[in-house]
Amino acid sequence: MMRTYAGHSTAKASNELYRRNLQKGQTGLSVAFDLPTQTGYDPDDELARGEVGKVGVPISHRGDMAALMDGIPLGEMNTSMTINATAAWLLALYIVAAEEQGVSQEQLQGTTQNDIIKEFLARGTYAFPPAPSMRLIADMIAYTVEHVPKWNPINICSYHLQEAGATPVQEIAYAMSNAIAVLDAARERIGGGHGEAGTQLMGEVFGRISFFVNAGVRFIEEHAKLRAMSILWEELGRERYGVEDPRLLRFRYGVQVNSLGLTEAQPENNVQRIVIEALAVTLGRDARARAVQLPAWNEALGLPRPWDQQWSLRIQQILAYETDLLEYPDIFEGSRVMEALVEELLGGARAEMAVVAEHGGAVQAVPYMKAALVDSHRERIRRIETGEQVVVGQNRFTESEDSPLTADAEGGILVVDPALEAEQIAEVRRWRSERDQAAVKDALAALAAVASEENASENLMTATIAAARAGATTGEWSRTLREVFGSYRAPTGVGEATATAPDEEMNELRGEVSRLQEKLGRRPKILVGKPGLDGHSNGAEQIAVRARDSGMDVVYEGIRLTPAQIAASALQEGVHVIGLSILSGSHRELIPAVMNALHDAGVSAPVVVGGIIPEQDVATLEQAGVAAVYTPKDFDITRIMRDIVALVGAGADRSPAVASSTSANGSA
Amino acid sequence: MSGAPRPQGGVGAAIGARLRLRDLSAAPAALNLLESTAPVDREQSAALLKEVSPAALGSEAPAHVIGVTGPPGAGKSTLLSALLHAWRQQGRSVAMLAVDPSSRRSGGSLLGDRARIDFDPTDRGVLIRSTAAGERLGGLAWATRAAAHALAAAFDIVVIETVGVGQAETEVADVVDTVAVVVQPGSGDVLQFLKSGIMEIPDVLVVTKADIGQIAMRTRRDLSAALRSLGSRSTRVLSVSSLPPPSGIEDLVAALEEHRAGLDVGERRLRARRAGALTDFALEHGERGLRALGGRRAAEQLLAAQEPGLEVPALVAALERGMR
Repeated sequence: MMRTYAGHSTAKASNELYRRNLQKGQTGLSVAFDLPTQTGYDPDDELARGEVGKVGVPISHRGDMAALMDGIPLGEMNTSMTINATAAWLLALYIVAAEEQGVSQEQLQGTTQNDIIKEFLARGTYAFPPAPSMRLIADMIAYTVEHVPKWNPINICSYHLQEAGATPVQEIAYAMSNAIAVLDAARERIGGGHGEAGTQLMGEVFGRISFFVNAGVRFIEEHAKLRAMSILWEELGRERYGVEDPRLLRFRYGVQVNSLGLTEAQPENNVQRIVIEALAVTLGRDARARAVQLPAWNEALGLPRPWDQQWSLRIQQILAYETDLLEYPDIFEGSRVMEALVEELLGGARAEMAVVAEHGGAVQAVPYMKAALVDSHRERIRRIETGEQVVVGQNRFTESEDSPLTADAEGGILVVDPALEAEQIAEVRRWRSERDQAAVKDALAALAAVASEENASENLMTATIAAARAGATTGEWSRTLREVFGSYRAPTGVGEATATAPDEEMNELRGEVSRLQEKLGRRPKILVGKPGLDGHSNGAEQIAVRARDSGMDVVYEGIRLTPAQIAASALQEGVHVIGLSILSGSHRELIPAVMNALHDAGVSAPVVVGGIIPEQDVATLEQAGVAAVYTPKDFDITRIMRDIVALVGAGADRSPAVASSTSANGSA
Repeated sequence: MSGAPRPQGGVGAAIGARLRLRDLSAAPAALNLLESTAPVDREQSAALLKEVSPAALGSEAPAHVIGVTGPPGAGKSTLLSALLHAWRQQGRSVAMLAVDPSSRRSGGSLLGDRARIDFDPTDRGVLIRSTAAGERLGGLAWATRAAAHALAAAFDIVVIETVGVGQAETEVADVVDTVAVVVQPGSGDVLQFLKSGIMEIPDVLVVTKADIGQIAMRTRRDLSAALRSLGSRSTRVLSVSSLPPPSGIEDLVAALEEHRAGLDVGERRLRARRAGALTDFALEHGERGLRALGGRRAAEQLLAAQEPGLEVPALVAALERGMR
């Protein structure tokens, strides 16, 4: 099956995009939701600011879902939804939209990503604490197995783990441990899986679990990784869950190839990388992907345009229809090299799975796994910085002719109209004012009752679908559950991260930091945070760890911060510099908002920004008062640190110790 | 070090005066100054503390200074979020000094705790400041003690949050009015430490996660029994649940209050200031300095002879004069 991950702006605009893609020969839908929808906020929520319609489509209620799927026959469609914390809600809206088309839920086919553990570990779009989140997942599995039998309720994602720095062994081990946690929870939900009927039902559950994996550019090892995962999966099914039907034991996976390795420098090289990565998941038939999604060549620059996505679709079509890739049985059968590689990965993965099990399973081991990932990522960056790992066009062969691909006014990316957010806000308010309030109120009250501890044995799906039908919004559904479940902040993993082995450059930097400390009278203190809903915290985490290793005091607040929170922290903590990270494209709205909030709080500490910031936005940010902007091409973090130290030092020269102590006096 | 001339009256005195007038917005600047080790800033810090000394205030600083300590994972941050909300509902301003235990690596530290405390960032009545645990051995960072003294003049509640059991609450006991130790259900350390005398008896013991039921109740019972066998009748043992709906928080607020009401605040703080001055003096001048004063006992006598309303730097200065 061939898809491209798509959706942006509004339900209507995305619907048009889907229809075009289906005409071009795409055989399924892959829906990208915007961050407010993914984290359970309506467009008019404070936290949604700057994010509405950015990385995907905003879906607030059944009206939006109906518009999104307008004219698309849901009875025939296979729809993959990248949705996790709010998956139960979006599936409910999809079921209701199908109902309105006269399609019953039994006919629906598709997948909800619904993997919350990787959200805690790598992607950050969680909404509820771990225990109730696992309950929602188990409820969905139990519901779909019975009522939406062709639906894949969950897609265990190792994709994002690799993006967060996982080694192949970690990717295998954490994905499998995650699957165990989900299956154990589901087994309990369906009554323990006892007896013949229980075993059969558990087999059905097992067979509905699919994976979403990553494939990096080391494509031989990546292929071995997938073979290892198939072996482990079958083993798990037989031994832990008593599944015997070979059909149900098949390791089914979809893939999106690696984005982490895509570069901003010489972005055209990403096309070659994507082709090679696609081979990793298609070469050997015994471990071939069921569905492949390829990123666009310019992902590290900003949001891809339809043309960029078409290019990625064509890569798949050439592999499938022009090459002889699909004509042979498994081409690695009998290969001793491949077998040995698979064995090695299996050994490593089993050992790491044992460590996770010792922590009490994947849910309990989230802090452990998070810290391990931050560590691996740190090591990866170190290898790129030192040149041990070659990235063509970035740390080697960097000379380049001017690129005609990025020469147009927008720099070769899609820009979402900022006016759209205001329209969506007006639209959701109109929706709320026109629906049957009493029905919504009753539906949400019923949802809250089912969610409470006393009713933990009831399935949340029925009440969720009822709320969707009644016309409740995404924000209302989530708020109702947050009030019952409580809110949650995932571990950041940075506190446990081991120190970087000091090299010469690092020692020099530490010297600079201690000289700066003398000058300031206090240890240089930096605030690192992510405004908005973007949960991709890898970059911010690495900055925080490196700042600590260079000798600074680091206030790291993690993801999902409002401008007011950042300003309050900067003021109260008396920081000397502020580092903000945004990858979702919402920097145009959020950075000026943070700058205003800092100004209002009387904070004069300089601000640096990192993330996926298109070239043409840099000047705008600098005008808003940002001191420096860093993008993926600035891969040398130690150099960024030296810039920051110099920046603070220059500020201290202008205002000596006592005066600088009072620069953030907050009397404004 | 800058060589720039000091403004008349000095920055430190100005900030101190604002705190004395209970201007909460002066707090961040006060902390920036008190944390600085630059000699010019230390002078200004002394001037700041003088402005908020009991002598300048005409009484002890009004805040209730509370130490909250406990092992990692005991649920301190969640508990503090709940306490913060309760105090704010009563209209009381709150400053929290979170002392991060993470050992400094290569000098740097990661301070992540404030993110775990849930509060309204636009609320001017709340201040949270994180600091790394002292670089010196033994005791809270100098800056944390000084900060508690200074902020107590302006805020209604000052909390010092530290991590650990056994050492941590003794360190914090010298600075605060009330020590609350937070215990997770089922963790035996606190019980063992209490019985073996490694740990001093706190003023309030809080058992968290009451929602997990049996184990929490048993932990509470065991602690109460241990306290009785040690002859302590005054220490309250409470259980709380910070999960929604929170429970036991109001009782805890009342218990903290009750402890302070039964306390001779003047006496406790005077003792704390004198102990603090001796610690600072010893850190600065070492054993040799103490010998020059005629030993620890003589130093204590010298401190006892000083005005009770003096702030710590003034007491240190008195000791230094005694050396000559």
